[in-house]
Amino acid sequence: MMAPVAELKAVTKAYGNKIVLDAVDLQIREGEILALLGPNGSGKTTILKILAFIENPTSGEVNFLGEDVNFKNVEKVRLQSTLVFQKTTLFSTSVYNNIAFGLKVRKVPKPARDEEVRKVLQLVKLEGFEKRNTRKLSGGEQQRVAIARALVLKTKLLLLDEPTANLDPKNAGILEEVIDTVNREDKITVVMATHNMFQAKTLPHRIALMDEGKITEIGEPAEIFGKLSKNLASFAAVDNTFTGFAEPTSAGTSMVDVSGGVQIEVTSQRRGETAVFVNPQDIILSKEAVASSARNVFKGRIVEISDLDSCVKVKVDVGKVFAVQITKRSFGEMKLNLNDKVFIAFKASSVQVI
Amino acid sequence: MADILGGIIKGFELVITGDPELYGIVYRSLLFSGVGVILAILWGTPIAMLIAMKEFRGKTIVKTLFNTLIGLPTVVLGLILFLAFSRSGPLGFLGLLYTPGAIMIGQAILITPILVSIGVSAIESVDPEIISLAQTLGASESQAQVAVLREAFNGILLSDLASFNRAIGELGVVLLVGGNIAGGGNRTDVLTTAISRNTAIGEIGLAVAEGILLMIIVFAVNITVVLFRKVNYIVELAKPPFSRFKRNREKR
Repeated sequence: MMAPVAELKAVTKAYGNKIVLDAVDLQIREGEILALLGPNGSGKTTILKILAFIENPTSGEVNFLGEDVNFKNVEKVRLQSTLVFQKTTLFSTSVYNNIAFGLKVRKVPKPARDEEVRKVLQLVKLEGFEKRNTRKLSGGEQQRVAIARALVLKTKLLLLDEPTANLDPKNAGILEEVIDTVNREDKITVVMATHNMFQAKTLPHRIALMDEGKITEIGEPAEIFGKLSKNLASFAAVDNTFTGFAEPTSAGTSMVDVSGGVQIEVTSQRRGETAVFVNPQDIILSKEAVASSARNVFKGRIVEISDLDSCVKVKVDVGKVFAVQITKRSFGEMKLNLNDKVFIAFKASSVQVI
Repeated sequence: MADILGGIIKGFELVITGDPELYGIVYRSLLFSGVGVILAILWGTPIAMLIAMKEFRGKTIVKTLFNTLIGLPTVVLGLILFLAFSRSGPLGFLGLLYTPGAIMIGQAILITPILVSIGVSAIESVDPEIISLAQTLGASESQAQVAVLREAFNGILLSDLASFNRAIGELGVVLLVGGNIAGGGNRTDVLTTAISRNTAIGEIGLAVAEGILLMIIVFAVNITVVLFRKVNYIVELAKPPFSRFKRNREKR
């Protein structure tokens, strides 16, 4: 096994009396993509901030490339690790100045800087955006600038806090591709926090499950999703992830009773405790019940509407709350409001058994 | 009535004909206020950064103090400084009383509360994540602070402008520590004190001319700053292609 890029040894972080990280041990392996998966408040962001050396642990040890990190070398190791915040934070100036910031700090000469900025903008599919003011970009473009600003530094360690949480599928797709590319081609080690099950399943080499400031499980995605950890049950905070008891049906499918009077039909035959996930893009939203091939149809009420750039996320309470992602155009045409009665429908084959 | 009208007409004449006596006063006004503002920026900006970025006990009290000091009557400050600078005062040995130096220092002290108060709120309104952001991109502590200042630039520019407006239109301090000396090699009369003197001795024409110029200066400086902000913005945005152009030429 290769030497770890970074290592946390019994790291605890407390704010006053509140312990947000509880004696965490974690090794970040060279060249891997590690996903931290867990509900809000489980300590994902704190781990990332400690790995970015912008937050000090209350106790415990942090090693970076075999070196113990302390106040003497922190400014030096910080140059090798960079974090992209969940909330897109940009300097209110041009795209160029944003991306060139870290290069200027590193005293990269201007011609090389211009070239690097141009290349990274190409990578995040924002060619020719140098002169634009960041305030005039869409949310998705802003997040891509934030990622480009980190990527251009080619640090040993790239830390991403919910990189696609507030993005529509197009922008999220571009970003996932970029993360994959820099990891494979530039051999950059990536640690990302996510509570998107779908992303956790496809992108990373390893997953660390987090709950209440602890890492409860760590392993390869297949391994983690394969055995149903009881930790997954606490993932109620994650959109469209439900647990319940599965019973096979005579039609060769299974019904998973996820409580709240909701039974979800899945294509595979299984019995026992099961966790399922439905991609918010795979759910059809309608005002009337429509005849379709979808096996799962539920009636409910809109409880939350949030804007995601080109899409709208609508949360519908059908006994359980489902997040549904629809385009802005459909949202406008359907004239949806809070508390409206609506139907949601999705195919049994769209349900992923975790 | 005819006197006043005549005075106003004469005032316009003086402005247009470029009376050297009058423009000497204008020059001193600009010089003293300008240097006063620069002095205040030099010590006011670090104070504002310290108050806005550091957590310490009594922070609210310090902020309130600076806010309150904005309202300090200028005559009272002038009196305090007069006593300090006078021959028997604690700073009497400097020999500054009734010199341009006293005016510049007096104005700088007068506008420090404005500079600090507006500066603090400008810096505090910057996204607190900016420091962490700059650091994670590799900036040192001081580079991160500069990044915050840059984000607060508009607010800070506003505080500089408000300070200049206050300084150039100021009478109390300038009169008391400057003495409004209108002759010799070390003149200390400026537009405001000259208006006051000329009005008192019935030189309405001169007073009107000085009033007009004072207004023109204030407008001109404010408009210039607004335009500078726009130009600066455009220049900033236009930088990459221009520099690329230059590089290409160098290659040839």
